Amino acid sequence: MSADSLVSQLKRGLDAPICLTWELTYACNLQCIHCLSSSGQRDPRELTTAQAKAVIDELRDLQVFYINIGGGEPMIRRDFFDIITHSVDNSIGVKFSTNGAYIDGENARRLAAMDYLDIQISLDGTDAATNDAVRGAGSFDTAIAAMENLARANFGPFKISVVVTRHNVAQLNDFKALADSYGAQLRITRLRPAGRGADTWHALHPTADQQIDIYRWLLGHGENVLTGDSFFHLNALGEPLPGLNLCGAGRVVCLIDPLGDVYACPFVLHDEFRAGSVLDPGGFTKVWRESALFTSLREPESAGACASCGSYDACQGGCMAAKFFTGLPLDGPDPECVSGHGEDLLSASTATAPRPTKDHSRPVSLTRKPVRT
Amino acid sequence: MTITLESSCSLSPQVALRPEPFGALAYHYGNRRLVFLKHPDVVAVVKNLANHPTVGATLDACGIAAERRASFLAALDNLTKSEIIHVG
Repeated sequence: MSADSLVSQLKRGLDAPICLTWELTYACNLQCIHCLSSSGQRDPRELTTAQAKAVIDELRDLQVFYINIGGGEPMIRRDFFDIITHSVDNSIGVKFSTNGAYIDGENARRLAAMDYLDIQISLDGTDAATNDAVRGAGSFDTAIAAMENLARANFGPFKISVVVTRHNVAQLNDFKALADSYGAQLRITRLRPAGRGADTWHALHPTADQQIDIYRWLLGHGENVLTGDSFFHLNALGEPLPGLNLCGAGRVVCLIDPLGDVYACPFVLHDEFRAGSVLDPGGFTKVWRESALFTSLREPESAGACASCGSYDACQGGCMAAKFFTGLPLDGPDPECVSGHGEDLLSASTATAPRPTKDHSRPVSLTRKPVRT
Repeated sequence: MTITLESSCSLSPQVALRPEPFGALAYHYGNRRLVFLKHPDVVAVVKNLANHPTVGATLDACGIAAERRASFLAALDNLTKSEIIHVG
């Protein structure tokens, strides 16, 4: 069987997701300006411990091998260890993303004692100035302290997870060196205009020249650097990057949000891409297998405006979320189309881009603390 | 190529298989690799490796025709690289 027919089978969807992201909470100690889930304040409707464990039991029955846990900051939940222990006890590996604020010495040792657990520490600059401009004052030192604690606890190879922006593209080699210095693995992913990123994407996303730099850098580093297959829009530049060259939204991936709402992918928190809830009758399984949204995402897609472009097979028209939140039609070029078709459309567009549906950002303080001089 | 018809192989105890229309997904809980087994016959062979003394005997037992043996050896060789199956 050829790889092409495997991809076409994946596009028609599987009975269970391969890769499932679960944002455990909207609560976060940080307020990153590109946060994909507009996190900050806890939502009082978030799933209870019992509801979360019931979801895990369902995923076990579906033979989901591992889950990607995020937030918000997932370690803020008091039942965090309870939930991830229940998961690994049921043979569902856990990979969780954290800003590191709660990985003190004791928690690092506790995490190091667990099997089937991967940790991704988020870092968006190899120096405090670059990182903190996006992730907030002090967040660089916090992340490094967490890495030190994990190293001291002999956790083993954790991951450093970077969202590539125009301000850190030039640091890719430095990120790799930092990861190597901890025996860690580097993971770089594409910035999407999701959540608060919808407002900051235009100022943060890599320039056209930088996209070529990213592509060349990834080709040079091959499978040693993880990407979540998120840069497949760059495949139009030539030799394909390692990984699955397709948008998996609703086909092989999906997102469960802190309230239990199921979305097509982590980057489309909008009513239009909400398939249902794990609390609906039939649970997650019914949403995954029968929801109208996921069924439609598994039908053959139209190349639309990209049909006449010779690169469509290589880039698949790019990322659905990137198009949606920049106001571009879904059956057209990605805003970061390497041939420039997306940029042309964006500059000519008068359409208003849709706004993310949920916003848990903390309110801006109107009364500032007095500044000592 | 390290795998021959005389090799003795088995599925790693750390691997779980999930049946799929195209064959199966194989996940290695140790190295976290996810591998696509792209044909039901490959799945049958992988599952039966431990039941036979050699790869050749497994291929025979699974009814794999002689002209397909080379491609199965190549596929099994790849699966040793991702540690989905073990030699010996």
